[in-house]
Amino acid sequence: MIIRKRTIGLILYLGLLFLPIYWMLNMSLRTNADIMGTFAWYPADPTIANYMKIFTDSSWYSGYINSIIYVTINTVISLLAALPAAYAFSRYRFIGDKHIFFWLLTNRMAPPAVFLLPFFQLYSTFNLIDTHIAVALAHCLFNVPLSVWILEGFMSGVPREIDETAFIDGYSFPRFFIRVFIPLIRAGIGVTAFFCFMFSWVELLLARTLTTTAAKPIAATMTRTVSATGLDWGLLAAAGILTIVPGALVIWFVRNHLAKGFALGRV
Amino acid sequence: MNKWDNNKAWFFILPVLVIVSFSAIIPLMTVVNYSVQDIFGPGQRLFVGVEWFKEVLLDGRLHEALWRQLAFSGLVLLIEMPLGIGIALMMPKKGWAASASLVILALPLLIPWNVIGTIWIIFTRPDIGLFGALVNSAGIAFDHTANAVDAWITLMLMEVWHWTPLVVLLAYAGLRAIPEAYYQAAKIDGASSWAIFRFIQLPKMRGVLTIALLLRFMDSFLIYAEPFVLTGGGPGNATTFLSIYLVKIAVGQFDLGPAAAFSLIYFLIILLFCWLFYQALQAVGTGEKS
Repeated sequence: MIIRKRTIGLILYLGLLFLPIYWMLNMSLRTNADIMGTFAWYPADPTIANYMKIFTDSSWYSGYINSIIYVTINTVISLLAALPAAYAFSRYRFIGDKHIFFWLLTNRMAPPAVFLLPFFQLYSTFNLIDTHIAVALAHCLFNVPLSVWILEGFMSGVPREIDETAFIDGYSFPRFFIRVFIPLIRAGIGVTAFFCFMFSWVELLLARTLTTTAAKPIAATMTRTVSATGLDWGLLAAAGILTIVPGALVIWFVRNHLAKGFALGRV
Repeated sequence: MNKWDNNKAWFFILPVLVIVSFSAIIPLMTVVNYSVQDIFGPGQRLFVGVEWFKEVLLDGRLHEALWRQLAFSGLVLLIEMPLGIGIALMMPKKGWAASASLVILALPLLIPWNVIGTIWIIFTRPDIGLFGALVNSAGIAFDHTANAVDAWITLMLMEVWHWTPLVVLLAYAGLRAIPEAYYQAAKIDGASSWAIFRFIQLPKMRGVLTIALLLRFMDSFLIYAEPFVLTGGGPGNATTFLSIYLVKIAVGQFDLGPAAAFSLIYFLIILLFCWLFYQALQAVGTGEKS
């Protein structure tokens, strides 16, 4: 009986978890007049007009493209920089290693609000405002440290004897790293990429500040659904649903490693 | 694990150092620079020493924002931790049901933070929202744009909805790491399910729960986008947390000096908690290996 009660409790919780998302989905399938006019549990007359508007209006869909571009650049930079660093932290003891490791963590926890103005000034100086690379670099502030931490966790799970054997077998370091080591931590790299993607995707404050038009993220585009007739809730909801889709698609592949990622590789 | 002593490893971390310096040290130096100067315009600046720090530390509105922030973070932990552990205990141990639950659980974590705010506006508005309409039709007036208490309730609901899954995920990972032999031994001793929880599951989850506790504390301490979208810090100043107040000073009023001094104090508070977090992580790491 205990098992049954637990299952009911869990289903109830997951249901409540899904309810706000369902409500947005419901809104996204109705016209604004319908939303304001009648209160309905489900769209009586579902329409995809809101989605069509987003897919055909370039000021809307370019927001998605911008977001995807800077998220991708950020993920690539973070991974490339973090791989050797994580290897160093997991295999070697060197002067200042613990302090650097801690300092990296403080950047993951730094309030983005603190960096808002300095970032704007810094990227203005380099003429990078409103470019994808600016947002990608700004997001490195928390994604590079995060990647180092997660990768270090996965790398420490690989026995050191593997490195030693490979070196005895005459592998040079770069060859060993690319041919032997990276395949061994494939799962770790996948999880790290996922987390870089995720934290860059959900961040808005920095992304919005560093862009004006050409590299504006979708999350910032969503703030301009106010028209002469008031807020267009249907359109807003449809844009919101579309921001959930990419995450929902990749989440399945990392479901068993999510906890490890959130605990910065320490579970 | 024994590590090799080798200072050449510094070359491996060089790329990270360069990137993070560019995005952390240079901006931080700018903040320090601002915090000790009064800037009137380009080229016109005056060194004022610790003037801004004094002003910020004595700012009544900042004190209010800090207390509000602490109350918010405290409430978040009080609700999310027990709820998260409870849900983790309900999760199926394996099979497709476990995978499916994990995926649904993780869904809120992947939604952009301002969209979280949007979802909850749509969900709680008295006219079009399911929650708002249901509560109002039950005869209780509810409007998070006008009433401070309602705004707090909505924010708490949103925060719990958004981040409890993180606690569940971590607690669940901790539970899965407990060997089956422990449960068998408890069964032979005839332990009640409360005793199993109190003396086996809870101690074994200590590490992951510490991580969850500190992560939740720090992330809720930095919260910006969600309350900004949902309430904009209002009604009045009822939901003006530290980050929102900081952005108001820095971008809204463009008071660079006080904003910079405020930033540094904010950062120091975070640094303190970071250090606690780091110690906890180290303890988790060594605990696993022994």
